[in-house]
Amino acid sequence: MPDVSMIVNGRAVHAVVEGRTLLVEFLREGLGLTGTHVGCDTTQCGACVVHVDGKAMKSCTMLALQCEGATVTTIEGLAATGAPLHPMQAAFREHHALQCGYCTSGMVMMAIDIARRLDELNEPTIREELKGNICRCTGYHNIVKAIAAGARAMRNQPLEGDHA
Amino acid sequence: MRDFIYRRPGSLEEARRCACENGAMLLAGGQTLLRDMKLGRHFPASLVDISGLLPRHIELRDNAISIGAGATHAEVARSRVLLQHLPALAQLVGHIGDPAVRHRGTLGGAVAANEPAGDYPAACLALDATVHTTTRDIASAEFFAGDRRTTLEPGEVVTSATFPLARRSSYVKFLNPAARYAMVGVFTAVVADGTPRVAVTGARVDGAFRWEDAEKVLSASFLPERLNGIRLSTERLAEDLFADGEYRAHLAGVLARRAVALADNAKQGALVLSHGSSIRPS
Repeated sequence: MPDVSMIVNGRAVHAVVEGRTLLVEFLREGLGLTGTHVGCDTTQCGACVVHVDGKAMKSCTMLALQCEGATVTTIEGLAATGAPLHPMQAAFREHHALQCGYCTSGMVMMAIDIARRLDELNEPTIREELKGNICRCTGYHNIVKAIAAGARAMRNQPLEGDHA
Repeated sequence: MRDFIYRRPGSLEEARRCACENGAMLLAGGQTLLRDMKLGRHFPASLVDISGLLPRHIELRDNAISIGAGATHAEVARSRVLLQHLPALAQLVGHIGDPAVRHRGTLGGAVAANEPAGDYPAACLALDATVHTTTRDIASAEFFAGDRRTTLEPGEVVTSATFPLARRSSYVKFLNPAARYAMVGVFTAVVADGTPRVAVTGARVDGAFRWEDAEKVLSASFLPERLNGIRLSTERLAEDLFADGEYRAHLAGVLARRAVALADNAKQGALVLSHGSSIRPS
């Protein structure tokens, strides 16, 4: 079987995988990073969004082998245990931007990507950018508020050593 | 998903050899192929990953925009040269899938996949794009060959596409309410020699096509009202729980009129509509 090397949350990892092993399977089952979720498994719901080389991607629609040499950040990599939360995570907590929590890690990873790409974040823009992230509790109202607040906080408080 | 052999060739020539093996398929961004493999549409014996081998340029050359097959949708959508010279194409690409899909999906993958509701095929047909491969140049009209099929030969790799500049162009699509792909999308253009072009995606089971009846009436004058009374034949129209053929035929007419109006506007580009959108033309 082929092997793959990548950096995950700042740590070099090396593993033997099957050709068909998806990035999300490698993260969850290979590395035990179960914060990244699988909702639809068909590239629609966004529960599996992680950052690959700094960009939001759907880890259910990538092979682990396609990440050879890549830098991957998952929700676990945003803030060390016991350290202050990433500003976007803090905004989600502050604005109660979750109900069941299943979509939340994908939402936060997408939200950080949105905040990095776009300067002007009004409500219609945030909603358009969330096209590929589904909250089945339909809790979008607070998610949109949190992303606006989290993006403002990220601009004011760039984090030292942020892998994301 | 059944297991397969994953290959990462070091050159397009090696990729060609790998892709000619029995049961091999080419993998670029994978945003269509990997999903389709999970859905049981393909069971390749091997996947040949060409994502690192493809050009990614987006350049103006001889009154046309050349886009490398490896350019991601995100790169194409924010290309300054494309936004300046063919804003409808840049904005069309900026509405493919969602931001995460656009970070990974590529022009080459999108045209080779030729999904029946794909956005790129409509733009290719309306703008008379040429698809360049490792062996030849193929006019869009010859390249797309029905539902998820193209005239690519085994081992032939799309390397770029050339989109001639149009005098004006626009794209209007109406989203499927659940999956958010184009239930119907219409790309209109007045190409360099003044000829009107209309291409429709999402409406037919066998993919994007030129709507020649619409082009005929627009050749007298490129005005939305010229399309009044023109109706898409319901033959081979897609029917599903979201829309029957009659609905799609009607939608094609509505969107074509909106697209012609938009192309005549200083802000020509792309417009995305869905249930709940304002019914007044913008």
